[in-house]
Amino acid sequence: MKKLIFILIINILSINKSFALIEIDITRGNLDPLPIAVSPLHVDIKSENYNGIKIKSLGEDISEIIENNFRSTGLFNPLKKEAFVQKPDIAHLKPRFEDWRLIKAQALVSGKLLIKNGKLKVEFRLWDLAAAKEMTALAFTTTPSNWRRVAHIISDKIYERLTGEEGYFDTRIIYVAESGPKNLRIKKLAIMDQDGANTKYLTLGNELVLTPRFNPTNQMVTYMSYFRNMPRVYLLDIETGTQEVVGNFPGMTFAPRFSPDGKKIVMSFAKDGNSDIYTMDLDTRLVERITDHSSIDTSPSFSPDGKFIAFNSDRSGLQQIYVMRSDGSEVKRVTFGNGIYGTPVWSPRGDLIAFTKMRKGKFYIGVMRTDGTGERLLTENYYQEAPSWSPNGRVLVFYRETKSGTKGEGFSAKLWSIDITGYNERRLQTETDASDPSWSSLLSK
Amino acid sequence: MIRSLIYSITFHSILVILTILSLPFMLRDPIDLPPIVSVELIQISDETSIPFAPKARKIIEETKKKEERLVSEQAPPAAKAKEKPDRIPLPEEKKEKKQIIKKKQNPEEIKPEIRQASEFEKKKIIDTNQIAALIDKAKEEEVVKQKKIDKITQSSRKNSFATGLTLSQEDALRAQIFGCWSVPLGLPYNENLLVRIKLELKKDGTIMKSEILDHQRMNRPGQKFYKVLAESALRAVRLCQPLKVPPTGYDKWKELQLNFNPTEMLKG
Repeated sequence: MKKLIFILIINILSINKSFALIEIDITRGNLDPLPIAVSPLHVDIKSENYNGIKIKSLGEDISEIIENNFRSTGLFNPLKKEAFVQKPDIAHLKPRFEDWRLIKAQALVSGKLLIKNGKLKVEFRLWDLAAAKEMTALAFTTTPSNWRRVAHIISDKIYERLTGEEGYFDTRIIYVAESGPKNLRIKKLAIMDQDGANTKYLTLGNELVLTPRFNPTNQMVTYMSYFRNMPRVYLLDIETGTQEVVGNFPGMTFAPRFSPDGKKIVMSFAKDGNSDIYTMDLDTRLVERITDHSSIDTSPSFSPDGKFIAFNSDRSGLQQIYVMRSDGSEVKRVTFGNGIYGTPVWSPRGDLIAFTKMRKGKFYIGVMRTDGTGERLLTENYYQEAPSWSPNGRVLVFYRETKSGTKGEGFSAKLWSIDITGYNERRLQTETDASDPSWSSLLSK
Repeated sequence: MIRSLIYSITFHSILVILTILSLPFMLRDPIDLPPIVSVELIQISDETSIPFAPKARKIIEETKKKEERLVSEQAPPAAKAKEKPDRIPLPEEKKEKKQIIKKKQNPEEIKPEIRQASEFEKKKIIDTNQIAALIDKAKEEEVVKQKKIDKITQSSRKNSFATGLTLSQEDALRAQIFGCWSVPLGLPYNENLLVRIKLELKKDGTIMKSEILDHQRMNRPGQKFYKVLAESALRAVRLCQPLKVPPTGYDKWKELQLNFNPTEMLKG
């Protein structure tokens, strides 16, 4: 009895101490880009002059490239340098966090550089300003002429640390540079950094070139070119400049693309008005027929695990996207929407397929899950096609043609990028008109 | 008989006194002058905090006692790992620039008649009906989107009877954190990315201690996205402090658990 009373008293006394822990679900946040401060890199006073490089402004130039990269993602908001309170020479040592928080920055990039004995050494640190701690710090040594790449690599490291996914700044884009009137177009293969810098032309424009595609594992490119009025698939090694025809087919070969391991090419081969999909082993040169159907099968693209191929076919009447196993079995139609679908490209992440859709005279670039569900049209225009994924599967680059005259005469083709959320559509700066872009894998992987 | 009656009266009196003394409202701090409150537009739902009017308060307190769950049901707060001292690895990485060599062209003649074989035929069609349909569609999508947002707001609300905060107080706190949390938009929507943060607060709403309840997961391989989300959530609460807590009832909210779940947002 006494025990019972004691327990009762204790229970009563503890009633007001036993409130349940308050739980609040936070399911929304702001979608504003993360405010980030990129302090100009401090130039070490021991730095020596190097041929063709303005050493004094190099720290600022690198930080500017990093800022531009971040701005282009739509995920970060680089703050204006005029608002910075702390000078770069102090900031790279230990930032005064309260000064940076004052300008509403949430992250800070600081660093320093030194050119000595013909080598450029760049260090950077990323700071979490709210937690007042360092998130990452790295240093790179390279030849000074590589300073732009260093800026891109730093951008990649910071992007990866803040978003959890791989960056895509230290990459290149190969495309077809176009000039001249529409009926007498000169088309050259051109390559540039993903931010539009360092454009180089790989062909002179004597031949018409189309659909260049990067090997996902190295700097090899496959593209289509006309030889005696016949389209052929070529292989080009960007590093050595050597090129060769892929196979010796009696008909046309087109729409080439590498397998994920870079050892095969998948392409279309047309003869007598019918085209089917073939693969060719680049080592043994063995050709394998993948589809055998009376319809037109083209635009094949491997899944990143190499087990499936997406392609478009008009076997159901209208052109639609199909997915099959890489040996050609289990062909399954995945698009059923209104309109015509084409140019399927499997995302490097494997979760989405990008495509071009035409409906009622408009062209759309869209993405869908690999089973065809969850179709999202990202952008719509008069004419646009040929989406190509960034290596992290977050951004698509494609080309868009616009009418330049009031009566629809003349046109202009430009490269554009858009992220998979459908926000942040941007035009990529190119020296000439441009089409058929293909994004390389990371150069520093 | 009389002896039993005396015992009964004595014990009942003790019980009544103890009950009165230990009731929460008896221990409540005297009401201070309210601090200056900034005006913020908060979306308030149909549910209100009317049940907390003085007359109903006793009823609610009784209901609350019944519904209260023990704190021990929560996952035990794991010991916080010591953070590694900041160290700066300085690997020497050589980045050799890859040289691009121009290829010599075959002197083949240009064939102007060959045009790019597009997958689609271009059509120059401007259909005004279609434009009108697109505008209508955009409006419909906007309405659907708004409904979805309302739905999220409703579903994310826990029963405030159980939390000890009124709906308005909870809304104010939630709205404050919404504003501070920059959601990392690159996260995948199909992964389980719930970050639970336990906060210990001072009376003025500043954070005494913050702890990620599943912090071991941050350092596991393949959990980069979780780490990014957890860091963003921690940044949000730090940026938000002092939190907009009620001026009274410190015992109820001195410990808070925030569950950050971006899935709905990432799905768009």
